[in-house]
Amino acid sequence: MVRVILPHHLRNLAQLGPEIAVNVESPVSVSRILGSIEQAYPVLRGTIRDHGTLKRRPFLRFFACGEDISLDSPDAELPETISNGSEPFLVVGAIAGG
Amino acid sequence: MSGVRVLVGTKKGAFICTADGDRKNWKIEGPHFGGWEMYHLKGSPVDPNRIYASQSSGWFGQIVQRSDDGGKTWSPPGSAPEDLASVDGFPQGESNKFVYEGIAGTHRWYDGTPHPWEFKRVWHLEPSLTDPDTVFAGVEDAALFKSTDAGRTWTELSGLRTHTTGADWQPGAGGMCLHTILIDPKAPDRMWVAISAAGCFRTDDGGKTWKPTNKGLISNFMPKPDAEVGHCVHRIALHHTRPDTLFMQKHWDVMRSDDGGDNWVEVSGNLPSDFGFPIDVHAHEPETVYVVPIKSDSEHYVPEGKLRVYRSKTGGGEWEALTNGLPQENCYANVLRDAMAVDTLDECGIYFGTTSGQVYVSPDGGDHWQPIGEHFPSVLSVEVQTLA
Repeated sequence: MVRVILPHHLRNLAQLGPEIAVNVESPVSVSRILGSIEQAYPVLRGTIRDHGTLKRRPFLRFFACGEDISLDSPDAELPETISNGSEPFLVVGAIAGG
Repeated sequence: MSGVRVLVGTKKGAFICTADGDRKNWKIEGPHFGGWEMYHLKGSPVDPNRIYASQSSGWFGQIVQRSDDGGKTWSPPGSAPEDLASVDGFPQGESNKFVYEGIAGTHRWYDGTPHPWEFKRVWHLEPSLTDPDTVFAGVEDAALFKSTDAGRTWTELSGLRTHTTGADWQPGAGGMCLHTILIDPKAPDRMWVAISAAGCFRTDDGGKTWKPTNKGLISNFMPKPDAEVGHCVHRIALHHTRPDTLFMQKHWDVMRSDDGGDNWVEVSGNLPSDFGFPIDVHAHEPETVYVVPIKSDSEHYVPEGKLRVYRSKTGGGEWEALTNGLPQENCYANVLRDAMAVDTLDECGIYFGTTSGQVYVSPDGGDHWQPIGEHFPSVLSVEVQTLA
């Protein structure tokens, strides 16, 4: 299971607790994690990545193992600590708005 | 006893305010969707318990919410347990999927260059007058979408955006939004929409084809002030018994048409400023119209620090200030285009909300005002449902 921490508003939208765990096929990648999240919680479709292009929404960032991986290929394999659940995958809302 | 339910959309959530027919004592519930921008909420005229809401965020995009119990509970259409899987087993979750039909192409950007059409948010939801499952959505970048399954899925009525003038449409300061949708109560295939800053358009065939209806509008900021399109129409309104008569608050100028929008004449008359956003019509008096003038296009607040609704009982031209119960000093609020509404009780109630967070009601057609709430977040929209 992959552990995922979502921003406050998305947790509220999908009525989730502070952390979720989703089944993700190997090799684990950002696109596969997001696909699993959207399958389990359809209300989140279109809120993290665009419906059609599947591009990350501009004000969201992805973090794994303390690294900002937002600009990496969404199909790149993530570290084992993410795929085995030792470390959570983070979706973070950018600090913006003043 | 009859009553009213006021649906308030704000920059930080939605509120539902209810009162009996006296409209003096209010119960306020909310915030619903706290922290989200609630551009618009509107109930079905056929089934008042069916309410649609547009929820959006710069971070997470667009969400459509629906209530089937008068706003007590909400869910994004298509996310109920029975809706979770389609025939092929993949979840639906498409109530926020607004995809332009075909290749979207470009419109004109602020600097005059071509700019790709990009969906940003739903500004306005207009439920059908006859079917609670049918609802229209006016979106930014300007387009009209329709759902016939209670908001689960949306299809663009692309005849509007692909009109021959579409490539020349340009955003106003608030974005290129389709913000007003009017349905002719006598001929449901006839509808009007208004777009900032493209103008007013009418369909006579249920949205397949559209024609610009801007003749008579003069916009001095344009190279050709009387051009067919390019006008920054802020809001249009009609009375249900006289759908050929339309009233318009434009970027500057208050206008009226008596031929379904084919021709417009200015009725700004003695208003202290003819710049503003909302305009609405009394529920029982088709020639009684309300506006809230603000100082100018660069100073979006009421003139002289006085919050004044202006009423014309002559269909425009002659206006009177309505001030009883409204702040008359040190007020610098604005009222946005979707933030005024009227109820249909015997004595028509008028409602509006301000960018400073006040929502006011006048239970007597504008003669006396009282606050429903004075400390909401900045108000984006106000709608009212008259309950039996």
